[in-house]
Amino acid sequence: MEITVEDLLDKYKTMVKIRRFEEKVSELFAKGKIPGFLHLSIGQEAVPAGMRNVVKKGDYLISTHRAHGHMIAWGLDLSKMFAELFGKETGYNRGRGGSMHICDPNSGALFASAIVGAGTVIATGSGLSAKLRKTDQVTICFMGDGATEEGTFHEGLNLAAIWKLPVVFVVENNMYAISMCVKNAMLCEKISDRAKAYGMPGITVDGNDVLAVHKAFKDAVKRARDGGGPTLIECLTYRHHGHWEGDPDYTAEVYRKREEVQEWLKRDPIKIFEIKLKEMGVLNQQIIEKIEKEIQVEIEEAVKYAERSPLPDPEKIIEDVFSTTDGV
Amino acid sequence: MGYDMKEITMRDAIREALWEEMERDPNVFLIGEDIGTLGNIFGITTNFIKKFGKERVRDTPLSESAIIGCAIGAAMTGMRPVAEIMYMDFMGCCFDTICNQAAKIRFMSGGKVSVPMVIRTNCGAGFQAAAQHSQSWEAIFMHVPGIKIAIPSTPYDAKGLLKTAIRGDDPVLFLEHKMLYFTKGFIPDEEYLIPFGKADVKREGKDVTIVATLAVIPKAIRAADILAKEGIDAEVIDPRTLVPLDKQTIINSVKKTGRVVIVTEENKRGASSAEIASIIAEEAWNWLKAPIKRIGAPNTPVPFSPPLENYYIPNEEKIINAVKEILST
Ligand SMILES: Cc1ncc(C[n+]2csc(CCOP(=O)(O)OP(=O)(O)O)c2C)c(N)n1
Repeated sequence: MEITVEDLLDKYKTMVKIRRFEEKVSELFAKGKIPGFLHLSIGQEAVPAGMRNVVKKGDYLISTHRAHGHMIAWGLDLSKMFAELFGKETGYNRGRGGSMHICDPNSGALFASAIVGAGTVIATGSGLSAKLRKTDQVTICFMGDGATEEGTFHEGLNLAAIWKLPVVFVVENNMYAISMCVKNAMLCEKISDRAKAYGMPGITVDGNDVLAVHKAFKDAVKRARDGGGPTLIECLTYRHHGHWEGDPDYTAEVYRKREEVQEWLKRDPIKIFEIKLKEMGVLNQQIIEKIEKEIQVEIEEAVKYAERSPLPDPEKIIEDVFSTTDGV
Repeated sequence: MGYDMKEITMRDAIREALWEEMERDPNVFLIGEDIGTLGNIFGITTNFIKKFGKERVRDTPLSESAIIGCAIGAAMTGMRPVAEIMYMDFMGCCFDTICNQAAKIRFMSGGKVSVPMVIRTNCGAGFQAAAQHSQSWEAIFMHVPGIKIAIPSTPYDAKGLLKTAIRGDDPVLFLEHKMLYFTKGFIPDEEYLIPFGKADVKREGKDVTIVATLAVIPKAIRAADILAKEGIDAEVIDPRTLVPLDKQTIINSVKKTGRVVIVTEENKRGASSAEIASIIAEEAWNWLKAPIKRIGAPNTPVPFSPPLENYYIPNEEKIINAVKEILST
């Protein structure tokens, strides 16, 4: 697979950026500075990073409650993301959404729904729209393994398949839907096997190998753009933290064996990529430090921006229900 | 009362009801997401799987329609399922199984089959959980014939109502307001049941009636205590079940006070408070000394940001202002 040095470094940087962003978020949450529910994707960074430089301007993104990584990889600004997490008026959703719903429709990042499975049918719709409008826009739809257990998943994939819609369904299989292990939730060997039922290609890749993910994205996006219809990509990965910040499983064994967690920590996607890039002669300690420094500065400034930003005006909540305030 | 009492959280009261009913009746079983291994996200069913086994404490995949559908099928054939939908907001995913199936099967079969099942779920705002994890949809289900709705505000009510729900022969939607899980109250050691359709006067008063539900009850009581210092004597009524609704207790109170404020956390338009208000208007009009006053949330989705959410949720201040307003008319 041909991939430029810039692209390789861009992917690495994206992964580190997602990691440091979420570490900061975790820290601020523990200090009580961020309200609400938080679902972090630490450990899963290779999946969104694999999407980098595959999608283009005009494409769409639909995501879930665990979307920080997707949004950062899509190019969202950390300042407005932090502002949203803090519930500020300057946040992406003007404080209406919070962590679970950060999105940026202006850049095609249409929506992040916390109703598991809801994204698949909405992505089918943005795919349909691109087809009706005869554009070459592709929709990327992220979800977790648990989403594939919902009826909406099956309805959405079937429709996208029979209408050959330009959608790429990406399952981040981190093996658990809260405490439900995917092995107990389905008897198929792989989630990608489910694609067969809808007559669409399904592929399973190592979700901690950013280049494997990248290749899968590239093929699926090309296929979608060329009118070949949807693809289901399953990325095998693992979340290092609990399901939500505060999940008892993070500090004590509740539903994940500690040996299992340890095994996956050893397979940290950033570490794996770092070693590979060093072997390729693309990365060295000096470049790593430079990247880390840049990201640290970006995060510090973003947090400051969020802290300084004003809170929303409560009287104005009625403004966002309809296109006008009539009838609210 | 002569009973030994103990202080307990709402969460533990619900736990006890489930535990005791499962011990009592082998046909009772639990089905839902993250209720077994995890023991529910709020710890309601912690250790149930150890005690009752995974056959009776059934962790499911993320499949709300199947959870409710399975409960219906099992209920029609001799079991007494208690299904859990993790958040009320997710009931959108199983709206059909609840409203077109569970609610109608008895009627559509000409009364030949019962559907004795309970759907437990948590509702309400206050955790900054935003628009898809905070809703109060009781009016939606209140509108559909065939579903009973329990809305406990205290540990005592929660335990007694849940036991009645499990033993009853009809589908029950059992609402647990998430902000109440860790509030405390006294319950007797002895077994007790609370019948459906029996409101509870949480505080007696003669000047004004406040009808409230779920997490608004403690606020209404605090508001009444503040009003008492100003010489206003408010009565606080908790319907405890919305279907069936104890109209009589509400009407008797309104006949006594002549003034009523109805407060729920729902979006105000089409809220359960509207139904209660219309019943009062129809049946106690001549006793009213002032217009009926309703308080609800604005007609917006639940916002995330704390100042927005605080503004959204009805509070003591709004109740006090409403009471004063109708007392001055
Ligand atoms: C319809 C619905 N059911 C249940 C939930 C509660 N819930 C939130 S996230 C989650 C697990 C989702 O698992 P998965 O899709 O694998 O994504 P992950 O959280 O692992 O990223 C559950 C059960 C929900 N938000 N929506």
